[in-house]
Amino acid sequence: MLEKFIFGNLTLDAIPFHVPIIMGAGAFMALAVLAVLGTITYLGKWKYLWTEWLTTIDHKKIGIMYIILAFVMLLRGFSDAVMMRAQQAIAVGHSYGYLPPEHYDQIFTAHGVIMIFFMAMPLMFGLLNLAVPLQIGARDVAFPYLNSLSLWLTVVGAVLVNLSLVIGKFAATGWLAYPPLSGLAYSPDVGVDYYIWALQISGIGSLLSGINFTTTILKMRCPGMTLMKMPVFTWTALCAMVLVILAFPVLTVTLGMLFLDRFFDMHFFTASYGGNAMMYVNLIWAWGHPEVYILILPAFGIFSEVVATFSKKPLFGYPSMVWATIAITFLSFIVWLHHFFTMGAGANVNAFFGIATMIIAVPTGVKIFNWLFTMYRGKITFSVPMLWTTGFISTFAIGGMTGVLMSVPAVDFQVHNSVFLVAHFHNVIIGGVVFGYFAGVTYWFPKIFGFKLNETLGKCAFWCWIIGFYLAFIPLYALGLMGMTRRLYHYSAETGWHPFLIVAAIGTCFVALGVAFQIAQVLVSIKNRKAYRDVTGDPWDGRTLEWSIPSPAPFYNFAFTPEVSTRDAFWDMKEKRAQEGPVTQTPIYQDIHMPKNTGTGFIIAMFSGVFGFGMIWHSPLMISVGLLGMAVTWIARSFNFHTDYYVKAAEVARVETQA
Amino acid sequence: MADASTTLGHGEHSHHHNMDAVDVFGFWIYILSDCLLFATLFAGYAVLHNNTFGGPALKELFSLPYVLLETMFLLASSFTYGLAMISMYRSNRQQVLGWLMITFLFGLSFVVMEVNEFVKLYMEGHSWHSSAAMTSFFSLVGTHGLHVSMGLVWMAIMMFQVAKYKVNPVMSRRLTYLGLFWHFLDIVWIFLFTIVYLMGAI
Repeated sequence: MLEKFIFGNLTLDAIPFHVPIIMGAGAFMALAVLAVLGTITYLGKWKYLWTEWLTTIDHKKIGIMYIILAFVMLLRGFSDAVMMRAQQAIAVGHSYGYLPPEHYDQIFTAHGVIMIFFMAMPLMFGLLNLAVPLQIGARDVAFPYLNSLSLWLTVVGAVLVNLSLVIGKFAATGWLAYPPLSGLAYSPDVGVDYYIWALQISGIGSLLSGINFTTTILKMRCPGMTLMKMPVFTWTALCAMVLVILAFPVLTVTLGMLFLDRFFDMHFFTASYGGNAMMYVNLIWAWGHPEVYILILPAFGIFSEVVATFSKKPLFGYPSMVWATIAITFLSFIVWLHHFFTMGAGANVNAFFGIATMIIAVPTGVKIFNWLFTMYRGKITFSVPMLWTTGFISTFAIGGMTGVLMSVPAVDFQVHNSVFLVAHFHNVIIGGVVFGYFAGVTYWFPKIFGFKLNETLGKCAFWCWIIGFYLAFIPLYALGLMGMTRRLYHYSAETGWHPFLIVAAIGTCFVALGVAFQIAQVLVSIKNRKAYRDVTGDPWDGRTLEWSIPSPAPFYNFAFTPEVSTRDAFWDMKEKRAQEGPVTQTPIYQDIHMPKNTGTGFIIAMFSGVFGFGMIWHSPLMISVGLLGMAVTWIARSFNFHTDYYVKAAEVARVETQA
Repeated sequence: MADASTTLGHGEHSHHHNMDAVDVFGFWIYILSDCLLFATLFAGYAVLHNNTFGGPALKELFSLPYVLLETMFLLASSFTYGLAMISMYRSNRQQVLGWLMITFLFGLSFVVMEVNEFVKLYMEGHSWHSSAAMTSFFSLVGTHGLHVSMGLVWMAIMMFQVAKYKVNPVMSRRLTYLGLFWHFLDIVWIFLFTIVYLMGAI
């Protein structure tokens, strides 16, 4: 009785001691965590960790932590990808590979969930945190404490997903967990519950970030920066955040309904009692389609910044770029049905959504031409961010074209649920989102850390990634047309698919090499950080405000709030300075008003983790402790009125002269 | 921020003066996202409300006069909250507390009546697991009720804080938030009352 109250359905049987792969992975994760904790203890850095990182509300540090989370999760999600490719490369004919089917199903589910929610989303929010306040000349985001809460909720979601590897199991339903398969009748174990609560908790974090950044961008721009003078990355960030605000509540409700079905025996999506599983598919894609634009729009923004900076030209067609972004934002809400043309909505409905989908290619095409025209007759430097950008333009064009192909419902009926689709969305997500974010990380790295990343290793990583990508996914287009469906655990030799899947597996090895080069790049750069130091604050000869301050950016960002009058504000300042000569007057610094660090966000998120874990295992104790803990921490914070302070002018002067 | 010494002289609340517009704007955006949350639940209700799986139609289960009284309590609470805000602008702490108390009681009556309706339905065998229609009804109306209950907890905390601290800029900003939230729930209820109860009764 007491046991049930404390642990719910959780028993020692939940840990799969008999499965060596899982126990190996679990042991590896445990060792990694222990190594990190041990190192912190050995170096005596617990206090530093708490005061400088866990409780920080500095958007730059929060951005760094988002990016660290994203890269750790990239390794996890990529391991899943390697396992799937290895399985499909050997599980042909009489061989059934090395993975049992139920484990394989969990792996492809985890791969999708981790890559979208815990790799791409944190990387996106990380880059937004690093760059947006600096680009608009702000000292921080609108709600710094909320920002830290968002980060830690995302971290808790990621921890829950990874916990499911060792304690219990993860969903085996595919990354969107369609009912009735994800309902209690067909998935009675905790896998789907892990899925629901990991996404629910991190989804709340994303929604709060959306509110935060929309307010920041709309209300906290420096004087003179009108909407049409904002850097393009900030524009795309704004549009993506509007999409977050409009789409994430839908995800919250949809997952909530699935939870009610499973927990309270309700009938939203069940096969009996009048439930409607097709409603789930509609709702989840009403969130899911905007979600892909939430990911790609900021990447478009990064490419726009990079292409202008490294071509030494203003971005070609700024207004058309902005309007194309807005058009995509709007259109992304009226195309969701193209994910399930085969469900039987009827010819007219399919035609509407097919045409709407084709129309999205128009503003996207506008963007591609804008980037090309920016490069045209520019003085191009093929630095690493620029390499990712050029790699993106060609790769994304191919992915876009296969997308337009599938927007024709008749064609989609042929390739629906085939690996052709898998090839398509990896083509746009890796070629677009991932390349874009890598470009962004390389581009803004010196602004945040004060030194550049190693160029040679970065170029090696780029070439491995792009070659690996094409080797891994072009065969899937062919396989899709040959009739190979996605998520196959085994296939017969007569299909003739085997050679293609071998090539795809080789491609994955190249990508793995690329990842290894990236790790090496970071390590080598940290080791040689003195040599790579950025002393100017403007390592790429940039055009926007973030390059006008020293690197690494001081914690208050701008000693003086900048005033701007043109689009490429910093470029304009540099030109004026060249004409009028440098400013000789000594600046008179002033006190700067800043928010104080707080552990509230971190503590609330930890309690949300206890609550989520309790919900997964139906433990009354953990549920109540989690809920109560969140409420009490939140309310206690409302009694604290000393949430801000002043940085003294002398301190500002000290930091500024040091840099 | 022009002159550091004068800014400092105003103490830490000067920040909130400058930031008020930004903060309230952010809260409006939160309200927008909450609107989307209800819109999705309404969509679910629109799809499922006829799927009674052989049970009685929803309109046979409601008592309109009962729900009308419930509605009146909530509408009245919105009005009295407005009066609390007027008292706040006049910095009259006693009046603020008085109107908040009345608002709280109206809100509480609404929640109690709703819970009573739910219990009655459940006892009569029309629970959330008897059909998809009941599922969508309970979750839509229940989510609103949960919001109102959270609002009540929030209001209780605000009453305590207004009593403890006086009506200062921080308090008035928080009361503005709570007001936005409270009136928003009122508007959602008007849609709920119309679509679920009135249109259901036709």
